[in-house]
Amino acid sequence: MNHEFSVNSPFLYAVTAIILILVMAQATFFLVRAWRQARKLGIDTSKLKSVVKSSAIFTIVPAFSILIGVIALSKKLGIPLPWLRLSVVGAITYETPAAAAAASALGTSIGDTSTLLTASQFTTIAWVMTLGIMASVILPPIIGRGLLNGVGTLEKRDKRWGEILMSALFMGMISAFLGMIFGKVNMGLEGWIPVFVMLASMVIMLLCAVLMKKFKLKWIEDYALPISMIGAMALSIPITNAVNAAIG
Amino acid sequence: MKLREMDYMDSTHFWGRIWMVGMGLMLLMFPVATCVYFNAWPQATPLLQGLLAIVPMYWTVGAIEVVTYVPMLGAGGSYLGFITGNLTNLKVPCTITALNKVEAKPGTPEGEVVATIAVAVSSIVTTLVIFIGVLLIVPLTPILDSPALKPAFDQILPALFGGLGIALIGRNLKVSIAPIVSMIILFVSVPSLAPKGAIFVPVAAVIAIAAARIMYKKGWLK
Repeated sequence: MNHEFSVNSPFLYAVTAIILILVMAQATFFLVRAWRQARKLGIDTSKLKSVVKSSAIFTIVPAFSILIGVIALSKKLGIPLPWLRLSVVGAITYETPAAAAAASALGTSIGDTSTLLTASQFTTIAWVMTLGIMASVILPPIIGRGLLNGVGTLEKRDKRWGEILMSALFMGMISAFLGMIFGKVNMGLEGWIPVFVMLASMVIMLLCAVLMKKFKLKWIEDYALPISMIGAMALSIPITNAVNAAIG
Repeated sequence: MKLREMDYMDSTHFWGRIWMVGMGLMLLMFPVATCVYFNAWPQATPLLQGLLAIVPMYWTVGAIEVVTYVPMLGAGGSYLGFITGNLTNLKVPCTITALNKVEAKPGTPEGEVVATIAVAVSSIVTTLVIFIGVLLIVPLTPILDSPALKPAFDQILPALFGGLGIALIGRNLKVSIAPIVSMIILFVSVPSLAPKGAIFVPVAAVIAIAAARIMYKKGWLK
């Protein structure tokens, strides 16, 4: 029997809900195991609670940006598929181009909300989005352990160098993203907006550090990154308006 | 080896692999179930065209992410983080912040559990925020979609990496100079590479490691 298709069909919601419940179960499973192990290692509960608190606070703003991605894609693809794809494995940076590539191959576009997708078009897009990100699911179980053992061996050989190596790895990641922020400066003043926002975020972070040290406001530590992020995002509005006014 | 005899790391790899394989199959269930339930199958040519357009790039970036992020996230954090996704914009910065906060090093037993807790909490909070957001999608859409707020959400990555960057640069000033300068020069000189910047994470990491090695050998890094 053929069921009537809609991008927001209750069936699609049900499948999405089942997968998301499993994701929550997986997260809870790993959280409980790690917590128990941490207690076995003698790590203070207060220290662990502070990790939970800072991670939860840190997550809220980026989670809203993911929600915006769901909203943007939902206009064409309905809610369940973007909801699933952006909650499991995916990221906005991957899912939007994947959906756009599949839609374009079908002769439509993600932005074209005037025509509805047929079931066959929808499944084509769903397959492209799903298979596109499978490398991230297939590779960790195959090479993850070997990689970690390799890094572990290196660290055993020279502990200090092992620490520096990890810091260098972190700085490599941060550098690539800081560098990307300068990718539009050749466009003129408008291209400097991301740089100004980054500088605003840096200044706010430094202010938090000063407040923390000078006035011994320890609680700021938990909120410094969200404060600098939200502060810089808020400042990006007047910055963008000022730049737009300056360039006419 | 029996599960009971395994230590924490061995059992983390054991359970991690089971969860990843299981969740991988569950992910495939969405398109499979949709095809079967609606009796609607993908169109071969657009499917291949769509896959050809993204798979070479995505699978390369996926492999790069695994090599780069697994040592940072540890075993538990990786098995969970690679399933819940949003690594660059969320899970990895969240883990770095958590590790810095309790001064734990990745690769140590303490770093392993702290990273796993950070990724797990971040995954649960993200899922809940999106769930509540979807429930409230009708009243929320005009707010989150409003042109007045658009610049703020367009600039989320500079806002995130500015604060996080300065915190990490402060701790690793000498190690950070070479990769940051080279990445800025690269993306200013060849702006077309910037949207694919994630591919350059390992390049920047190699530059950072090479520069750090030279400085370490010369005794500049104590």
